[in-house]
Amino acid sequence: MDDLLSEFLTETSESLSVLDLELVKLEQNPEPSILQNIFRLVHTIKGTCGFLGLPRLEHVAHASENVLGKFRDGELEVTPDAVTLILAAIDRIKSILTHLEQNECEPEGSDGDLIERLDAMAEGRGGAAGAQGKAGPAKKPVAEIDLDALFESKATPEAKPEPAPEPEAEPEPEPAAVAPSVPAAPAQPPAVRESAPAAAADHPKESSVAAQTIRVNVELLEGLMTLVSELVLTRNQLLQMVRGRDDSEFTAPLQRLSHITTDLQEGVMKTRMQPIGNAWAKLPRIVRDLALEMSKKIDLQMLGAETELDRQVLELIKDPLTHMVRNSADHGLEGPEERKRVGKPEIGKVVLNAYHEGGHIIIEISDDGRGLNIDRIKAKAVQNGLASEAELDGMTPQQIYQFIFRAGFSTAEKVTSVSGRGVGMDVVRTNIERIGGTVELKSQPGRGSTFVIKIPLTLAIVSALIVECAGERFAIPQISVLELVRVTNNSEHGIETINNAPVLRLRDRLLPLVSLKRLLRLTDDKEAERQETFIVVTQVGTYTFGIIVDRVFDTEEIVVKPVAPILRHISMFSGNTILGDGSVIMILDPNGIAAATGESALMGGSQSTEAQVVRESHSDAKTSLLVFRAGGSDLKAVPLALVARLEEVEVKDVEYSHGKPMVQYRGHLMPLVSIDGSYSFREEGRQPVLVFSDHDRTMGLVVDEIVDIVEDRLKVELSADMPGAIGTAVIAGRATTIVDAGYYLPQAFGDWFGSTKEFGADETGRPRILLVDDSPFFRNLLTPLLSVAGYDVTAVEAPDRALALREQGQDFDMIISDIEMPVMNGFEFAAAVRSEGRWQATPMVALSSHATDKDFERGRQVGFNDYVAKFDRDSLLMTIAQTLAAIKGAA
Amino acid sequence: MNQIVPAKRQSTDLAAPETQDFVTMLIDGQLFGIPVLTVQDVLGPQKITRIPLAPREVAGSLNLRGRIVTAIDVRLRLDLGSRPADDKGMSVVVDMGGELYSLMVDSVGEVLSLPAAKFERNPPTLDPKWREFSLGIYRLEDKLLVVLDVAKLLDFTRSE
Repeated sequence: MDDLLSEFLTETSESLSVLDLELVKLEQNPEPSILQNIFRLVHTIKGTCGFLGLPRLEHVAHASENVLGKFRDGELEVTPDAVTLILAAIDRIKSILTHLEQNECEPEGSDGDLIERLDAMAEGRGGAAGAQGKAGPAKKPVAEIDLDALFESKATPEAKPEPAPEPEAEPEPEPAAVAPSVPAAPAQPPAVRESAPAAAADHPKESSVAAQTIRVNVELLEGLMTLVSELVLTRNQLLQMVRGRDDSEFTAPLQRLSHITTDLQEGVMKTRMQPIGNAWAKLPRIVRDLALEMSKKIDLQMLGAETELDRQVLELIKDPLTHMVRNSADHGLEGPEERKRVGKPEIGKVVLNAYHEGGHIIIEISDDGRGLNIDRIKAKAVQNGLASEAELDGMTPQQIYQFIFRAGFSTAEKVTSVSGRGVGMDVVRTNIERIGGTVELKSQPGRGSTFVIKIPLTLAIVSALIVECAGERFAIPQISVLELVRVTNNSEHGIETINNAPVLRLRDRLLPLVSLKRLLRLTDDKEAERQETFIVVTQVGTYTFGIIVDRVFDTEEIVVKPVAPILRHISMFSGNTILGDGSVIMILDPNGIAAATGESALMGGSQSTEAQVVRESHSDAKTSLLVFRAGGSDLKAVPLALVARLEEVEVKDVEYSHGKPMVQYRGHLMPLVSIDGSYSFREEGRQPVLVFSDHDRTMGLVVDEIVDIVEDRLKVELSADMPGAIGTAVIAGRATTIVDAGYYLPQAFGDWFGSTKEFGADETGRPRILLVDDSPFFRNLLTPLLSVAGYDVTAVEAPDRALALREQGQDFDMIISDIEMPVMNGFEFAAAVRSEGRWQATPMVALSSHATDKDFERGRQVGFNDYVAKFDRDSLLMTIAQTLAAIKGAA
Repeated sequence: MNQIVPAKRQSTDLAAPETQDFVTMLIDGQLFGIPVLTVQDVLGPQKITRIPLAPREVAGSLNLRGRIVTAIDVRLRLDLGSRPADDKGMSVVVDMGGELYSLMVDSVGEVLSLPAAKFERNPPTLDPKWREFSLGIYRLEDKLLVVLDVAKLLDFTRSE
């Protein structure tokens, strides 16, 4: 039997038994929540039938849904007669299902009478319905239906010759998960059966398809998991006991036991994890059918299908995903003619992308359709009394889009069998929020919409690095660990401190460090100098920092368990777990640590989702800054990553040449530049200097005092009219001048950027570069830098501005684009540039603060020529020069 | 006193059975009791993982047959000072709202069946901290037994 069909049968029979229960409850107690549930269940059945080409079922379900819709809207009263009628419709569905299961096609026959009665009920002619039961008009559609049924039922098995249903058990959430308001009530089903005896009598056989797969309660799996953990522990103890004795007679059997235990553990673990692709398996078919029905051309791309999800989460996310893909295909994408008219490729794209990020699973559903119709959402919101016109006027488009997640909200003008009844998005959101996830929506008129679902990994198994600090062990999720650095007393670079803030020189960068011992207020008896320590280089968003620990063990697969309620307030821990050796261990939360050590993250408060989204996108731009004083008492700052080293030079070592101060530094002469041109060195002693380094050249910026290293969001609020300063920003709560390092560099060496300048110098025009970055700081930093290097720079703050320039017909020799930007990120921007228009061949360089191989690869795929880390000035300039040279050479 | 007690007995007689079973525990020489049905396990000394930044009374967490149990040092909770280092102590595991907690005490004694007639309310002179955690007192032959209010003992939102 068709895989899809058998799954549908299993699912539907489950829904139907829930429905029976729910309807009886509804009759006794017409509560809106119960009604919502019933409505959703029937809606799901109807929707699925439509896709599978089961017209009889679909029509019956559709008619029942109409009646239920009237109940929901309060237009019809819930009377026993009405419920009986719905139950009769459900019985009919059951009987069709049974036939379907045996013969793989819908039975011949007509539901005209039933549909007529349902329609009559929906129109408020409840009493007369019975008498009109066998009226003539119902006959005609029936004939068509039967033809369809015959055609479809033959086509169905051939259309998708799939292998037999997967043998592994596929536990669905219990009915309770589908309908949370229903406590499992084993006593009730018999009562329901009585009220609908006709169905039971006709089909005494239990659904045999349902018996083909075993549904196992997830709780049972949990129990198994616990038992297996217990077994592993006992096995480990036994191994420990035998280890000392080589000749023990237990060795061989124990070895065997050990292997089996390991296999068993893996097996049980596997039962919980499933690639997300399993939830997507149905989608290509659904989209294909939808495309046929709507005469659209749809290309469904599915990326990251192998991303593993906890089973329970997967089950809960399945329906929302299907809904959203349907929505994207149905409402989002335009028909081929409309697409051609607006200059898009005829084939619409729906892209599903799943990946792990920072302890979350992210699922993106995007389409390149028309985007959300903001006017229609507004009109609907007013119509439904969700907001007044005045309120709407004060809202941003993003806020207005959020209305589609409200219950009973649908903007589709006509109700199709696909979607448009307003049960879609609110169900989606409810289901996602139930598992602690979030769903975000971005939309651009004419360019499509993207839904981003973020689900926490709390239920999932993660790989964790086990570290030790002050005799205690902790787990750090592997996903946020970049690298490990071992620091010994005699290694070249040790941990240095700036006003007690530890930092580490790591490949010509200063890495801010966090002492786990200090953070967790651990006391250590052996506080004395350690021979060696380890630094776990950790990344949270774009913020990279090192965690100082005493020892590093290996990585282990762990199941994250939430901590006891009395410990939930400790933000440093994301959970705890039991290790293979049976000990309990706390799991560190890198986000919590970053928040606790970076000052800006301390601001809390419950703001609207919208505000949070905005803040998140800003906090992405958090930067480590070195705060210092020079030439005055006001605070100045430079990005820490630009500073190669912090040095103190002996004032007596300062020499003068051509009236300019310099020192001998590591066998070279290092010019010293002061912040305001007046060299006022200290009388004696040591003078702190920020060392900027480039190739074999170094320059020292003379400062009075190094104040602090802070982690903050850089928002230049006042631009400066003074050369050498980018502007003023609030850093750690104080107004601070952001120093333009790019201004001082050429002061030290006229030819600092000589190598690149040569390229531009003999050109008639300087190469034009388009810089796209949402952060004003980087635009301000890079624009002078690149200008100095001989380029003509145009900086814009968002991809859509850049695309507007393209529309205006401007040309550039190169585009440099940030990756993390709100609304449209760099990858999307690159795809947009590459897809059409005059910039298709313009070289593009991606600029990002986290440049992993994966990002690199992704960047390449969407059309970036190269990928440069954000602070890596050298390689940026080199890349630009090389890329331009390559183009020039090719031309 | 004698006049009050019979009146109270009547009311408790109606609500509760004649006797209630308690697991007895000894902390700093004082006898405590908790209803036997709330007790899941009685444990000897365990390997406990410290939890940094946790409230002082939280001794750490331990693994009980694959479940993570939070250990509470009842001595510290009752302001009795730390246990002498040589005394390993014992623990009583209770279930509170689906979470397991291990109450660390000096020793765990026998199960006593106590008649309601021997129950009394907290004397008003009792230390406020103790009054918070005590449901009442049973008069035994030779000593007094304090009935611990486990729910309050584990409610860290109220204190501090």
